[in-house]
Amino acid sequence: MSDPVADGDLPADFVIEDAWRRLAGVTPARIALGRAGTGLPTREVLRFALAHAQARDAVHMPFDSARMAGEIAALGFETIEVSSAAPARDAYLRRPDLGRRLSDESRALLGTWTGEPVDVAIVVADGLSSTAIHAQAVPFLAAFKARIAEAGWSVGPVCIANQARVALGDEVGERMKASACVVLIGERPGLSSPDSLGLYLTFAPRAGRSDAERNCISNVRGEGLSHAHAAFKLAWLLKQALARRLTGVHLKDESDLLLVGGKPPPAQIG
Amino acid sequence: MAYRIVAGSQTYAFADLKDLMAKATPPRSGDMLAGIAAASAEENVAARMCLADVPLAAFLNEALVPYEEDEVTRLIIDSHDAQAFRPLSHMTVGDFRDFLLSGAATSAVLASIAPGVTPEMAAAVSKLMRNQDLIVVAKKCRVVTKFRNTIGLPGTMAVRLQPNHPTDDPAGVTASILDGLLYGCGDAVIGINPASDSVPVLSELLKLIDGIIQRFDIPTQACVLTHVTTSTEVIGRGVPVDLVFQSVAGTQAANASFGIDLAVLKEGHEAALSLNRGTLGDNVMYFETGQGSALSANAHHGVDQQTLEARAYAVCRPFKPLLVNTVVGFIGPEYLYDGKQIIRAGLEDHFCGKLMGVPLGCDVCYTNHAEADQDDMDTLMTLLGAAGVTYIMGIPGSDDVMLNYQSTSFHDQLYLREVLGLKRAPEFEAWLQRMGITEPDGSLRKQHGMHPLLAAAPELAA
Repeated sequence: MSDPVADGDLPADFVIEDAWRRLAGVTPARIALGRAGTGLPTREVLRFALAHAQARDAVHMPFDSARMAGEIAALGFETIEVSSAAPARDAYLRRPDLGRRLSDESRALLGTWTGEPVDVAIVVADGLSSTAIHAQAVPFLAAFKARIAEAGWSVGPVCIANQARVALGDEVGERMKASACVVLIGERPGLSSPDSLGLYLTFAPRAGRSDAERNCISNVRGEGLSHAHAAFKLAWLLKQALARRLTGVHLKDESDLLLVGGKPPPAQIG
Repeated sequence: MAYRIVAGSQTYAFADLKDLMAKATPPRSGDMLAGIAAASAEENVAARMCLADVPLAAFLNEALVPYEEDEVTRLIIDSHDAQAFRPLSHMTVGDFRDFLLSGAATSAVLASIAPGVTPEMAAAVSKLMRNQDLIVVAKKCRVVTKFRNTIGLPGTMAVRLQPNHPTDDPAGVTASILDGLLYGCGDAVIGINPASDSVPVLSELLKLIDGIIQRFDIPTQACVLTHVTTSTEVIGRGVPVDLVFQSVAGTQAANASFGIDLAVLKEGHEAALSLNRGTLGDNVMYFETGQGSALSANAHHGVDQQTLEARAYAVCRPFKPLLVNTVVGFIGPEYLYDGKQIIRAGLEDHFCGKLMGVPLGCDVCYTNHAEADQDDMDTLMTLLGAAGVTYIMGIPGSDDVMLNYQSTSFHDQLYLREVLGLKRAPEFEAWLQRMGITEPDGSLRKQHGMHPLLAAAPELAA
């Protein structure tokens, strides 16, 4: 009997590659990964671990609200900073109800609000991915600003919200006497999409609105829906919402009918 | 009725059976969110000590969710099999645990008492059990179901091939199906979660999967996991439907939030039976459940999430499903906070389902905002494999690119088969060998050149 270890004749490669690797080109799913015994090859275990680490960091990386406020102010918006009633990330994850309510201090701050009623309140919320908000909020708002100018809507100060869920916008919008509220929020990160932004539109925001009363545009990011396209969609929905005085299941997004060659028409200003 | 017990230096009182059950549950974030969990570790154990002395028969007399308000309670009470319950009728919950662990509780005895076990009894005894108890008893339970193959035989574990795609692209779906088949997966079902809810898209997906099954004569079944009413409609249009799917929960109000009731499920069941597509049996339903769904629909009646989950199996039971699975870590950390809670819940759900005679599988999974990772999933799938889980999910590389969560992979089932010696459904195992995909011992054969499945790929998706 020969001893393969002593004889130094172990096979050169322990990974069995899959013969159908070309099929991987037609789906983002992780197919044809090959195997080492019954397990994943080292390269795939590490590729997965990196994606998971990015998604975990997206959830737990502290929200840099001061930086966001500076960058959003540089676009020409007024800004204010608020916090939900969730004191920290752990409480935020365990108690969704706290993330939907303003903290006492923030409620007091908005309680003294004396501005005129506005067409739309804008909330920039960390949600479940600060990575997404850090990456997408400013370029999206730059694109949406042109649509605001095109339609001539009045806008309150952009409210930058820490440890926030979508429904926090209801209380903010109500206190700002806004006809509608737009919440930009970091979506629950997927393994392949840690930086995806969601947009939620609610007509006549007030505490206690249900999710069925909102319209949502999701997957706003480089590999998903572009900032320009998302801004166009949101403006279309907002126009409809203000005219028909509703959002939610009875407002269907038909903005695609206005696309030119698959792209949104440019904003017409002035 | 109020319950009382002295534990340590304190007397603990529990307002009623519902309160006692909630306080006795192993800690989890969903019950804390609902405000019904024990306030201290001592109260938690005191409640278990108190629960151990409660007669099983008490659950037939004191409904946790009111009989008048809830059709699930009415189903449980009205269909209870008193004959099957008779051997248990003198037992307390604590006695029941001892009995289940004993040699007297053979597979045959467990099968005969199953119709007498209500979900509340199963949940109650599970609260007194350690993880090893949940495993050893579940392993003794036999639940065998059939459509085009035989699922649940001792020493086997099936896999649902889950070829999801973010836009339901036929070529993308086909690629994942072929990858899964070539990794020896798909005996439970080839079942896709569609991104779309449009009837034409769903019909095309059904025809796509059916086409692959027919062309290669695969002894398995197809499912598109859409609302039961949509499946019923699609059946009316003459589209090939093997299994009818629905998510279900443990209260009437939670089911209403899913847009269903028992009558709607009955219609779906009858529609699927009418097609008569099974070759070996007529188990035509596929249900999914998960702890926390009732609370998330604000329909929990102050009952703990694990008990409500067991009640969901009572909803499934009359429809003789082929497959039921608990999607254990999908719902998020506000219900199951971390790997420890997910692992415990997966074992409880599997145990309760099997004890009630339901073919329970588990979507061993987590989301990226839960305190869990692949190591936790390795632990849970290994424990469930040891417990005789009916089936697990098979997803390319564990990454569901449509639903954005992580589940078990095609590789994971190979690992479980290797360490635990688990076989596939026998008809499917034989097919894999005929196709040159597996060796006689069930291990994968190395593929050289163009396998017939791959040669057909361009036409399949066309």
